[in-house]
Amino acid sequence: MADSDKDQALVRLFTQRESEILAEWVSTLNLGETKMTLQEAESQGRAVLHALGKAVAHGNHGDMRSAEYADVRDVLHAFSRNRALQGFSPTETATFILSLKRGLLGQIRKAAQSEDAFDLLWRVNQLIDQLGLFTVETYQKTREELIARQSKEIEELSTPVVKLWDGIVALPLIGTLDSGRTQVVMQNLLETIVQTEAEIAIIDITGVPMVDTLTAQHLLKTVSAARLMGADCIISGIRPQIAQTIVQLGVELNVVSKATLADALALALKRTGRVVSKLKAKSLPALQEPAAEARG
Amino acid sequence: MPTTTDTLPITSGDDVVRVRQKVRVRATEIGLSLVDQTKLITAASELARNTLDYGKGGHADIETVLGDRRGVRVIFRDRGPGIPDIPQALTDGFTSGNGLGHGLGGARRLVDDFDIQSIVGAGTTVTIARWKR
Repeated sequence: MADSDKDQALVRLFTQRESEILAEWVSTLNLGETKMTLQEAESQGRAVLHALGKAVAHGNHGDMRSAEYADVRDVLHAFSRNRALQGFSPTETATFILSLKRGLLGQIRKAAQSEDAFDLLWRVNQLIDQLGLFTVETYQKTREELIARQSKEIEELSTPVVKLWDGIVALPLIGTLDSGRTQVVMQNLLETIVQTEAEIAIIDITGVPMVDTLTAQHLLKTVSAARLMGADCIISGIRPQIAQTIVQLGVELNVVSKATLADALALALKRTGRVVSKLKAKSLPALQEPAAEARG
Repeated sequence: MPTTTDTLPITSGDDVVRVRQKVRVRATEIGLSLVDQTKLITAASELARNTLDYGKGGHADIETVLGDRRGVRVIFRDRGPGIPDIPQALTDGFTSGNGLGHGLGGARRLVDDFDIQSIVGAGTTVTIARWKR
């Protein structure tokens, strides 16, 4: 059998038996393993087979990077990307494509004569392996993009400056203070000091797991910059183990510090000439709490 | 509990974070107290950063020590320019860069065992260990 005949056999397989292949693919697909619904599997499967049928009919059977396979790549790319973004595992994603083998091989068994069956099987195998690899590659890329975006978001989100009172702002730090984040932190703080005309800035490091000399240096720089803007700084939330470590490191944190954010706020209020006192019982305003029944 | 050695490269700021996290895992596994953990991690952070900034990159070997004394040992190696005067480098306030100058001396005070070997032009090896008490 000539090469072109073999190609024709592959084309025939896709064009004449598309619905049988789809039916067998979907019915033998382990829906539990791929976490797909029947409808999803059917519509995705149809899209893949359709694109694949067209690509094969154009006469290219092996090279997934070629122009004929643009549709196939689009379909797989969208599928894989979606699954990755929704948090499915690589196995759950790739199993769907790889199980196409079963549908195709089943049809080959029915259709092909024994001597050309092997050739056809081999081609189909190669094709599906490529589809599988492409799917996993796309999946991986999407996950990496996701992680990169998340770490960027965390960097921005994790450095909010909050106004606690007129003239008092707080900067709750969470995580590691590397040079990249210190820049963002310092800029946020200085801008907020200008906007809110703050006199006192509280830097809370309860969420900082470790203070080494570099972190200490960054903290001190932030404090001196705030001072130049006319705001005094209070550092709060230094945990006992961190306090001991800082002392042994030999770093002098020449800043007013308090154990908790609450203590720091109390000091800040006092410094700005305010007092917090308890009201007498009968003049307490009722807190407006929605009744539990009303929420249903 | 792994008794194998983890070897981590130190070539970027992210690697310093990775070294710190690995040391934290080892220190927690062997049951160091929170204060001891924090001290060891801080020392490792200082030395990893020195390896990166002054040693032009290198790697860290992190190992759990089981036996009479149980603890975590970390070895930092670089092939950087080396330290010509070690006592001076260990002095508080001395820095050849623009840091605070407490890193090396501070790291020595934070751990139980501290050893530094340096050959000018060939590189520096710093070994630290913190034992469970």
